[in-house]
Amino acid sequence: MIEIELDGKKVEVLEGSMVMHAAEKIGTFIPHFCYHKKLSIAANCRMCLVDVEKAPKPMPACATPVTQGMVVRTRSDKAVKAQKSVMEFLLINHPLDCPICDQGGECQLQDLSVGYGGTNSRYQEEKRVVFHKEVGPLISMEEMSRCIHCTRCVRFGQEVAGAMELGMSNRGEHAEIETFVGRSVDSELSGNMIDLCPVGALTSKPFRYSARTWELSRRKSISPHDSTGANLIIQVKNHRVMRVVPMENESVNECWIADRDRFSYEALNSDERLPSPMLKQGGAWKAVDWTTALEYVANGLRQVKAEHGAEAIGLLASPHSTIEELYLAGVLMKGFGSQNIDYRLRNAEFPNEAGVRYLGMSIASLSDLQSVLVVGSNLRKDHPLFAQRIRQAARKGCSVNSLQDRPMDWAMPVANSLVGDPSVWVQALADVAAAVAQEKGVPCPVHGTASEGAKAIARSMLGGERKAVLLGNAAAHHARASSLLALANWIGEQTGASVGYLTEAANTVGAQLAGAKPGPGGLNASQMLGGSLKAAVLLNCEPGLDTAAGRNGGPGLRAAEMVVSLSPFKANMDIADVMLPIAPFTETSGTFVNAEGRVQSFHAVVKALGDSRPAWKVLRVLGDLLEVDGVEFESSREVLAALPALLMDEAGATVRTGLLDNRTQAAVDFTPAECAPVVASIYQLDGLVRRAPSLQLTADGRLGFAAQEVAA
Amino acid sequence: MNPQQVLGRFRATGLETSFHGRHIGAQILDGLDGGNWRLKDYEARGGYQALRKILGVDGSEGMTPDQVIAAVKESALRGRGGAGFPTGLKWSFMPRQFPGQKYLVCNSDEGEPGTCKDRDILQFNPHIVIEGMIIAAYAMGITVGYNYIHGEIFQTYERFEEALREARAAGLLGDRILGSTLNFQLHAAHGFGAYICGEETALLESLEGKKGQPRFKPPFPASFGLYGKPTTVNNTETFAAVPWIIRNGAQAYLQCGKPNNGGTKIYSVSGDVERPGNYEIPMGTPFSVLLELAGGVRTGRKLKAVIPGGSSAPVLPASIMMECTMDYDSIAKAGSMLGSGAVIVMDDSRCMVKSLQRLSYFYMHESCGQCTPCREGTGWLSRVVDRIENGQGRQSDMDLLDNVAENIQGRTICALGDAAAMPVRAMIKHFRPEFEYHVANKTCMVPAYV
Repeated sequence: MIEIELDGKKVEVLEGSMVMHAAEKIGTFIPHFCYHKKLSIAANCRMCLVDVEKAPKPMPACATPVTQGMVVRTRSDKAVKAQKSVMEFLLINHPLDCPICDQGGECQLQDLSVGYGGTNSRYQEEKRVVFHKEVGPLISMEEMSRCIHCTRCVRFGQEVAGAMELGMSNRGEHAEIETFVGRSVDSELSGNMIDLCPVGALTSKPFRYSARTWELSRRKSISPHDSTGANLIIQVKNHRVMRVVPMENESVNECWIADRDRFSYEALNSDERLPSPMLKQGGAWKAVDWTTALEYVANGLRQVKAEHGAEAIGLLASPHSTIEELYLAGVLMKGFGSQNIDYRLRNAEFPNEAGVRYLGMSIASLSDLQSVLVVGSNLRKDHPLFAQRIRQAARKGCSVNSLQDRPMDWAMPVANSLVGDPSVWVQALADVAAAVAQEKGVPCPVHGTASEGAKAIARSMLGGERKAVLLGNAAAHHARASSLLALANWIGEQTGASVGYLTEAANTVGAQLAGAKPGPGGLNASQMLGGSLKAAVLLNCEPGLDTAAGRNGGPGLRAAEMVVSLSPFKANMDIADVMLPIAPFTETSGTFVNAEGRVQSFHAVVKALGDSRPAWKVLRVLGDLLEVDGVEFESSREVLAALPALLMDEAGATVRTGLLDNRTQAAVDFTPAECAPVVASIYQLDGLVRRAPSLQLTADGRLGFAAQEVAA
Repeated sequence: MNPQQVLGRFRATGLETSFHGRHIGAQILDGLDGGNWRLKDYEARGGYQALRKILGVDGSEGMTPDQVIAAVKESALRGRGGAGFPTGLKWSFMPRQFPGQKYLVCNSDEGEPGTCKDRDILQFNPHIVIEGMIIAAYAMGITVGYNYIHGEIFQTYERFEEALREARAAGLLGDRILGSTLNFQLHAAHGFGAYICGEETALLESLEGKKGQPRFKPPFPASFGLYGKPTTVNNTETFAAVPWIIRNGAQAYLQCGKPNNGGTKIYSVSGDVERPGNYEIPMGTPFSVLLELAGGVRTGRKLKAVIPGGSSAPVLPASIMMECTMDYDSIAKAGSMLGSGAVIVMDDSRCMVKSLQRLSYFYMHESCGQCTPCREGTGWLSRVVDRIENGQGRQSDMDLLDNVAENIQGRTICALGDAAAMPVRAMIKHFRPEFEYHVANKTCMVPAYV
C-alpha cells in the first residue's frame, strides 16, 4: 500500500494506482471526461490536471501513478487554473447548443462547465463543424460537432465490445469519430457507448427528442431477456417507459447492458400490445371484459376435462415469465389435475433429473477465468454480457476454447476451436475427454480419439487454476443434452473446472425452481406441441417462434379445441381462441432468478396498459374459478414466499442450498442426434425483442428475421 | 533571391548542403563527396573498426557491453534529436536481464522545419548509422532494430536499404556478426510524412502500423516500447556519433566539445544566409563562427533574429544570439533550446508576424488531435495570428496569444503542445512592438516580404 496526501487528507491505495483512484477512494471529485473506471487510460482530455508537489507541470490525475508520500492538491490555484484552461479549450469549438441537445441535463460537459467554464468566450473565430454520421438504428451521430474527442467510445469498442467499430480518423482539428468507410455500428453492446459519451455526440436514436432527462422518473428493474439478469434503471414519464439504462451492479452486469436490454422497451409501447381480453367468435376477434373472458376459459377447460380428461390439457410457459407466474401456472395445472406443464420450449431432450441446472459458478468469476471450454453456444450473441466478461478474462490471458457448429466471431481471441455438425458433438466432446485422460494418464470412461484439436483443448483445460466448462443454448437444446452434460462433468472433474449451463432465458433457473416441468406421467413441451392436447394454455409464448417445433408449433396445437394465449401482445392470433392481455415486466412485480442463481425481484415501473393485468393475478383468478387450492395470494411477494425452493428473509429471497446442481447420472449416448438444436437468434429470443422496431433494423435483427423466414 | 531559388539550393544533391568543405573537425560528414557512401568507401575511412574493436575481432581484447555504455556516458554524448538527453544514461535504462525481445529504434523521422541533417547522414554516410546501431545493440543486448525514415525522403530510404544489403552481405548484420556471438537484425521502415511521428512514442505506434499518436508517459519506451517491449529510441545523428567515440575514446570526444556537451554537432543553417547548408562543428563553437561559415547574413542585410533549434525553439533576437555559443547549455541559458540544430536565420527584411503565421499554421496542421489543449489551442493560435497578419487584429490579441500559448504549454501528452506554444510566446516577448504596429497600421513594420 502507498500512502499519499490528497487535499490534506491521507489516503492509502495499492501500488500502481493512479491519483484518480486515490481521489475516488476518499470521495474527492476530480473533473474528468476521458477517464472511465472500466476503460483503459487515455489521458487525452486533460481535464483532470492536478497540482502534484515537486512536479513543475500540472499532472493528469488519471495517468499519474501514486508514489509514497506524494502530495496532491486538486483545488490549488495551479490545478484550477489548468482545469479552467482545458475547459476553455473544450468549449471553443463546442456548439453550446444545450437547449436543443438531447444530452442537456445529463451532460458532463454542461455540468463541469458550470464550475470551470467562463461566462463568455474569448474565442471569436468561426467554430468547427463536423459532419453527421449514419451508423445504424440505435446510435444517433447527428451532431458530431459536440464531440470532445475523449475516445471513450473508441476504447469501449476495442476493449469491452471486442470490435473497434468507431475510431478517430484524421488529425488535429480535423480529427473525427466515425466508423471505417461509413459502416454501421453492429455490436450487440453498442448502446453502452451512448452512456459513455460525456456529451451529446452519441445519443440514443429511439429516444431522441422524446423527453428531457429531468422529466423522467427513475425506477429499478431487472432485464427479462438473457440469463444475466442485468439490473436496469427504467426511466418513465406519464406511465410510459421512455428509456432504459443500466443500473450498476458489479457482480452482475457491471455498468453495462446489452442492446436488447436497452432498446426492447420500444415493444412495450407498440401497436402490437393487446389492450383488452379478446375472444374469437366465428373467426373474428372481439374485445370482451375480463369476467367474460375468464369465464369462457374456465368453462372451456372444464369442458375439455370432462370430455377428454385433465391430461388433455397442457400449459406451455416461456422461461422469460416471472417465477411467481411460473409457480402459479404449475399450481393451477396440477391442481386442476394435469401434469402437463413445461418451460423447455426449445429443448429436444427432456431428462427427468432433480438438479436445477445453472451456471455452476458466479457470474463475476467469469471475468477471472484462466481457461474455459464453451460448448454449443454463439456466446457473443446468446449471452452478450457473459461474453464480455470472458473477453475481459481473455484480455488477461484466459485461454478460450470452443466446440461449435460453424465458425463464429466472438470478438475475442479463441485459442482452440472444434467445429463440427451438432450430430457429432457428443463424439467431439468424448474426444476431448479422451485427450484429457491421455494427458493425465487416467482411464477414459468413454471411447474417444485424442485428435490434435482435442489435445490442444485438453492441455489448455489442464493448465491454470480458475477454469470452467460452459454449456451453451445449443448444448442445452441438443437431442443428446444429457450426454454432453455427462461428458462435461467428467472433463470438469478431471481438470478441476467448474461445469455449468449458460442458461437461455432470464428465468430458466427460476422456472426449474418453480417446478414448471411436467409432473409424473405429464407431457413435455415437445409432446404437447406434437398435437396431443385438446386444450392449451400459452403463458407468454408463441409456439411458432419460441419453440423447437418452430413453424410447426402452431399446427400441432391447431388440433386442440381451445387455445388460450396469455401475452402482452396480439400473439398467436392464428391458433388461439382467447387472448388475455398480461402485463410485461415493466407493469408487474415479479422475480427472475439468473444463471448463477441470484434471486432478483422487481416492482412494476408503470401502470398496466389498457386492461392488461399481471399474469400472476390472472392465474390466481383462473385458479379460483377452477376451484383449485393453493392459489390464494394477495401479492406477488406472497407467491414468492410460498415457493418451496426459496428462502425468504429481510434481505430478500435466496435459493435453498443444494438445489442448484449440475450433476447427472445419464449415460453417454453416441447415437447421432436426429435433429439440430434450435437456438433463437439474438433479436428473436422473446416476444419483447421480437417487437422492438429498432432492434429489428440492426444487422443482427435483419439476419435473425431472414433466418425465421427461411425456416418458414 | 526568391524562395524558389533558396529551395533549389537545398536540393539533396549534397553539393551545397554538405560538401562545401567548411566543417570544423568533422566526425560524421568527414571526407564525404556524395559518391563515397558505399561500404568499401566507409571502411576506407576507418568504418566498422569501432565494431571490430568492441567485438575484439581486430586482435584487441574487445569491450564488454558495460564498457561501451560507460564510454558513451563518459563522452557526454547527448541526444541529437532535440531533447539533448544524455545517451549513455538512456542506454543504461534498458533492462539487462529482460527475458523477451528488446528493440532498438533509430528515429530518422526528421520533420522539424529547418532540419535536414539526418537526411544527409543517411544519404551520404549510411554505414556510420548502421555501425552506431550495431554498437548500441551490442551494448544493450538487443537483437532487432528498425530505422524509421521520414516519409518524404524516399530516395534516402532506398539508399539506406541498399546500405543494409551491403552490410548483410558482408556479415556485418544478421547472425554471428563478423564471426562473433553477436546477432542483430536491422530493418528500414518509412513513415508517411506526419511530423508527429518524430515524437518517439508516436513513432513506435506508427511502426506498429497504428495511427501515429503519442503515448502517455510513463511508462517510458525503456520499459514499454515497440510492441510493448523494452525499446531504446535514438536519433540518427546520435547513432552516427557512436563509432567515433569508440574508435577515438570518450575523452577525445569530450575534449572536442565542452563539458557536458561532448563532440561535434551538425547544424542545418537555413534562412537569410549566403550559404545555407549542414555544418558540422564542435559543440561550444560561437554562433558568430557558424554564421561566418554559412557565408554570413545575406549581403546588405542585418541579422534580426535566429531560431536556434528548429521551428519549435523560441526565437532569439540577434543581440542575444550573437553572444551564444552553439551548445545545449548556452542556448538554454539564453532562453531557447538547441533542439535538432536547425538554425533558422532571419534578417531585417523578415516580418515576424508573417513568420509566426507560417509557424503557427504548421503546428495546427501537424497536431495529432489526441489531447485537448493542442488540438483546440493550435488552431486558435493560428487563427489569431492570421487575423493580425490580415490586418484584423486587436491590441488585446498579443496578450490573448500569450495566454492561450501559456495554457497549452506543459499541459499536453507530448511536446508538440510546447513546440506550438514556445515560438508564439518568444515572438510576443521579443518582438511585441512589431505585432502592435501590425495591428495599428494593418501592415508590416518591415518592407514587403521578399
